[in-house]
Amino acid sequence: MAATFFGEVVKAPCRAGTEDEEEEEEGRRETPEDREVRQQLARKREVRLLRRQTKTSLEVSLLEKYPCSKFIIAIGNNAVAFLSSFVMNSGVWEEVGCAKLWNEWCRTADTTHLSSTEAFCGFYHLKSNPSVFGSCPRKNMQITILTCRHVTDYKTLESTGSLPSPFLKALKTQNFKDPACCPLLEQPNIVHDLPAAVLSYCQVWKIPAILYLCYTDVMKLDLITVEAFKPILSTRSLKGLVKNIPQSTEILKKLMTTNEIQSNIYT
Amino acid sequence: PAVSVGNVGQLAMDLIISTLNMSKIGYFYTDCLVPMVGNNPYATAEGNSTELSINAEVYSLPSRKLVALQLRSIFIKYKSKPFCEKLLSWVKSSGCARVIVLSSSHSYQRNDLQLRSTPFRYLLTPSIQRSVQNKIKSLNWQEMEKSRCIPEIDDSEFCIRIPGGGITKTLYDESCSKEIQMAVLLKFVSEGDNIPDALGLVEYLNEWLQIIKPLSDDPTASTSRWKIPSSWRLLFGSGLPPALF
Repeated sequence: MAATFFGEVVKAPCRAGTEDEEEEEEGRRETPEDREVRQQLARKREVRLLRRQTKTSLEVSLLEKYPCSKFIIAIGNNAVAFLSSFVMNSGVWEEVGCAKLWNEWCRTADTTHLSSTEAFCGFYHLKSNPSVFGSCPRKNMQITILTCRHVTDYKTLESTGSLPSPFLKALKTQNFKDPACCPLLEQPNIVHDLPAAVLSYCQVWKIPAILYLCYTDVMKLDLITVEAFKPILSTRSLKGLVKNIPQSTEILKKLMTTNEIQSNIYT
Repeated sequence: PAVSVGNVGQLAMDLIISTLNMSKIGYFYTDCLVPMVGNNPYATAEGNSTELSINAEVYSLPSRKLVALQLRSIFIKYKSKPFCEKLLSWVKSSGCARVIVLSSSHSYQRNDLQLRSTPFRYLLTPSIQRSVQNKIKSLNWQEMEKSRCIPEIDDSEFCIRIPGGGITKTLYDESCSKEIQMAVLLKFVSEGDNIPDALGLVEYLNEWLQIIKPLSDDPTASTSRWKIPSSWRLLFGSGLPPALF
């Protein structure tokens, strides 16, 4: 509880997240039927890997069917745009599958049809170089994760308004021995959500992995933000992958214009 | 620590790990906590600043037979009870002699007597009482009082309540029933700048465990004995834009 300047007593949020303990007390008051319904819903949660074209499930794990030594993950629209225009534009990439998930917070009940506005995860493999998304799983595998964060999330002594955004920072696991193409993320900055989950897994299971984090002040699809990822093309893991940068820039510009039309607030 | 109001238990753990220069010996890899990563929060120089840390890590100081678990994020909904079970099962199987939980509770929930007394409290499970009761008695510590199970109802039963304590109560109850030797040390706090609360809690723990040299009569010396970790920089955000002024 906290008292405001207006003389009212309000429930103040607790940053340790302990409001949940009250919800769990309510949980103790829930009937066995309620609990059973909640557990049944939880059991229905699924993450399925599907073959893209046929939408049939992949019977074996994706990495068994397409074992790989380099796994690149892009999270967020700018990171995905970078990967599509620069990396996937070089060479022939074949879509091998996609992931569909459902949990009780999804708005659609149907797991087989995904609308264009929902989160999407696709897997692609480089036909000409099967070692990218190709060799012994886990043995020689190296993972690269790309994502963006808003610059106000970055903690520094100066004001974030004066920072030359967008800028890149990196975080790597202990087993990733190559140098990063940008400075490492300084204390006390942290990363959470999916990129953190992937990096945590890699750190614990000693998989070499590196996260490239682009701090930007524009979270929607933006040319300057996407181009901020360019330095990673010179790193050892991605060097061989990108052939034609000017062509990539053209593709990126086309992506931007398509997107701009879609984001017209009057339509 | 328990993830509790003001994150006092976790801040206190940071002070212990940082001051004693404990080494990381492993991870408590779990899906019960929100994922998070960052570079070594206890870095002291360029050389040791780039080791990746995750949300739940185990540190040790063999010379003092001390093992510390640090939790750095909050629980995912409905996952706190499964976490307690996994944690206690690990504690039991790893053969820990005793477990101490550092925690905190909402200061606004204190009754009149509690408002007038020390803000520190302790709780002991029956199995640890035999071995440490005498020591605790000699320290003149205050045991956590029971309060009404349902505060709004006058004739409700009395029980131990730790509002704002996160998993503390669950850990305590489960340890009682599993006969684990556990002690809970907590402080009544409010959210805000909880660094002084964390310093208070480690000093409270230190009265018992003597992790570092006992406090002399000069109270101002206390704050400098604990090493503040480098990750505590900028706790309240980045620098301010000069244009604000």
